[in-house]
Amino acid sequence: MVLVFAETQNGKIKKAALEAVSYGHQTAQVLGSSCTALVLGEAEGMAELGKYGASKVYQVNNPQLRDFDSQVYAGVIANAAQQLGASVVIVNHSANGKSLLGRLSVRLQAGAVSGVNTVPTTTNGFRVRKSVFSGKATAEYEIKTAIKVLSLMGNAVQAVQVGEAVEAVALDVAVPTGRTKVLEVKRIEGKTPLPEADKVVSAGRGMKGPENWGIIEELAEVVGAATACSRPVADVHWRPHHEHVGQTGIAVRPNLYIAIGISGAIQHLAGVNNSKTIVVINKDPEAPFFKAADYGVVGDLFEVVPRLTEAFKKHRAAEG
Amino acid sequence: MKILVCLSKTPDTTAKIAFTDNNTRYDENGVTFILNPYDEWYALVRALELVEAGGGTVTIVTVGLAADDTLIRKGLAIGANDAVRINAQPTSAYFTAYQIAQYAQSENYDAIFLGKETIDYNGAEVGAMLAEMLDMPFTSFANHLDMQGGKAIISRDIEGGTEVVEVEGPFVLSAAKGLAEQRIANMRNIMMAKTKPLKVVEPVAVEDTVVAVNFELPPKKTAVKMIDPENMEELVRLLREEAKVI
Repeated sequence: MVLVFAETQNGKIKKAALEAVSYGHQTAQVLGSSCTALVLGEAEGMAELGKYGASKVYQVNNPQLRDFDSQVYAGVIANAAQQLGASVVIVNHSANGKSLLGRLSVRLQAGAVSGVNTVPTTTNGFRVRKSVFSGKATAEYEIKTAIKVLSLMGNAVQAVQVGEAVEAVALDVAVPTGRTKVLEVKRIEGKTPLPEADKVVSAGRGMKGPENWGIIEELAEVVGAATACSRPVADVHWRPHHEHVGQTGIAVRPNLYIAIGISGAIQHLAGVNNSKTIVVINKDPEAPFFKAADYGVVGDLFEVVPRLTEAFKKHRAAEG
Repeated sequence: MKILVCLSKTPDTTAKIAFTDNNTRYDENGVTFILNPYDEWYALVRALELVEAGGGTVTIVTVGLAADDTLIRKGLAIGANDAVRINAQPTSAYFTAYQIAQYAQSENYDAIFLGKETIDYNGAEVGAMLAEMLDMPFTSFANHLDMQGGKAIISRDIEGGTEVVEVEGPFVLSAAKGLAEQRIANMRNIMMAKTKPLKVVEPVAVEDTVVAVNFELPPKKTAVKMIDPENMEELVRLLREEAKVI
């Protein structure tokens, strides 16, 4: 059986959890097995996980699980995996999922591969693939243990509805105690977090100053994208650091990355190599970013960007 | 505080990516290695700051062969007191974590720091494995850390924000940008580092549970399609009909 840990946030199932359940369902099909989802703590909408391919949904509810502690969560997931006889355990490749994967690997004596982006194959051992060297290569790994643990890269699979809602059932497993206490969570509400964003509009030094960012925000709004920036821009505080995309900042993997006034240094490319489609707008036709782009526009961004925003608005109006 | 900092080597960001042994191993031929930036810039420097402010020692641990001593000396030049090299070629995250845990379990460290991931395999696995093997709390992606009366107050990156946690007792931390500022060693420190203790210990036998079977370079990107800057409707059309991303 394939066990998927379904992440929640503020008592709601995360979008990433739906992707993980879809992936778990596809993995179960390859193995001729079934997919079970596990929710820790209070959450609304657990039954929805059934629609994405979980044939069973279990919930462990305990006051200890209100906040995330990798020690406690990994203990519960590992206990559940053993109790339910899971052969594959899947988590998201998220801030919390990454803290769980290694622990689960040790607890379950299971080989682990992090950040997988394809459904496993079994014709030649249990094999999965992932992107390595910041998107500059792909690696295929074989896991040799009886139990396998995987973390799923965001936006690697689509959450697809395949079935009916399934009523969640309480699962009774031991909950260990932890030594980490969450004091505070600060989130920028109402915005899609950059690492999860499906579309990103990113701008750099070509913007000339923070006061010019209005056209970027307007474009992002019309496209339905998160905003991002290059390192030099974050370093001089034109934009907040949590928007910095690149080697030392955030790695994004959207379907659409629009880079505006960014030259495309190798450190920046390391953060965007996994984007599906890259659009580069730059006045310098020699900007290295064009080599990594799918579509390029050479022109003055202060003219091109508003024009692009208008074109998107028209497209949106036409779509109704 | 007695702090252990795990340093890994990675190919320089600009290094050529190529594979050998029937595409099962990274080709290190002619590659310049650097200390993994997250280990060096953030984990190591924050450990040094804590010890400078409150006393204690910072020990470096690396799983690697003798050729890596140059990089270990660089860590010592930045300010660590001493270093341990576990004499083996690291083959997987599990192997690395296991070796470090075997070494650390009898040494009573107050904290173990490492970078959030290495910039080559981008695994982010060793910290959590190490914490589990040593039965310690683990805080990943730390962007700020203060010690307050034996407790660690740590701010960590989460999707779309930060989370502040309090951790009691010995802990493992993975460092993200913001935890500290990169330090450059001066000539005097580089000279002093040559005589700092570097102990070599032999690895413990352990079997790999995961093996790399194939590496591939991505298919060559098709040439960029240039769009007339006057015609953004065409770009939107291509994004919709050709790229199918909107």
